[in-house]
Amino acid sequence: MLFPMPFHSFLLFVVWLLLNNSISAGHIVLAVFFAITIPWLVTGMRDEHPKIRKPWLAIRYICMVLKDILVANVEVALLIIGPTRKLNPAFVAVPIHLSTDLGITILASTVSLTPGTVSTEVSKDKAWLYIHALHLTNEAELIDSIKQRYEKPIKEIFGC
Amino acid sequence: MPFYLEIIICICLLIGGIFLLIGSYGLARLPDIYMRLHAPTKASTLGITGVLVASMVYQSHLKGAFSVQELLITLFLLITAPVAANMIAKTALHYRTKALDRTHGQELMETIRDRESPKPPSES
Repeated sequence: MLFPMPFHSFLLFVVWLLLNNSISAGHIVLAVFFAITIPWLVTGMRDEHPKIRKPWLAIRYICMVLKDILVANVEVALLIIGPTRKLNPAFVAVPIHLSTDLGITILASTVSLTPGTVSTEVSKDKAWLYIHALHLTNEAELIDSIKQRYEKPIKEIFGC
Repeated sequence: MPFYLEIIICICLLIGGIFLLIGSYGLARLPDIYMRLHAPTKASTLGITGVLVASMVYQSHLKGAFSVQELLITLFLLITAPVAANMIAKTALHYRTKALDRTHGQELMETIRDRESPKPPSES
């Protein structure tokens, strides 16, 4: 089959043209070449991804995360400049109820990019996400905010 | 180049520069590796984004067409930064790197390293 992953082929084609900012014949030929060979090479390593059930919610989630990244940056910047002796670092275990690897990956990445937390590890049974907080004020509150703010929409987006 | 564009570019460059500086400063200043991770994953993403937005405005004006490469770079950065941070944290835990003494939940570190579920408080 020429296009085992049609969506990825399309994405590669578009991204290559965007990266080069041109639609000259040479780049179109190259883009077609990549769009065919790369999916063909990686199709064997692929695992099943859940479908996005609610695209609108996904877009809202992305916007919310982008806003949170801005807030996180300012917060962490202030913490870094402020006195380090007052910082209160902590490891926290967050129970998660996501059944898919993609969902867990997205949650972990979001947690890393947003206020004061970096995800360090997922337990083998995929029921716990371990995070490191730069400045912990209230453990229960932090766990609750991650579950409410990020886990819930991810669950709804993938319908799991 | 119109004056207002120059202002926009300057502001973006300034914001980006400040955040990059803070990110690097944090990397040097924070006491242990787990805390240092926070500086580059957060402050630097915004810093780079600021610089890239400035570049985007400038290039768009220069070429007369909207330049999207910078947006792609930002997107790739947002995808890869947490993964890199995660790998560094994993490595640090694997080598049993000591966390700062006042870190809470240090008893969790072995559990995290072995990727087990945390024990209920009654057992530990």
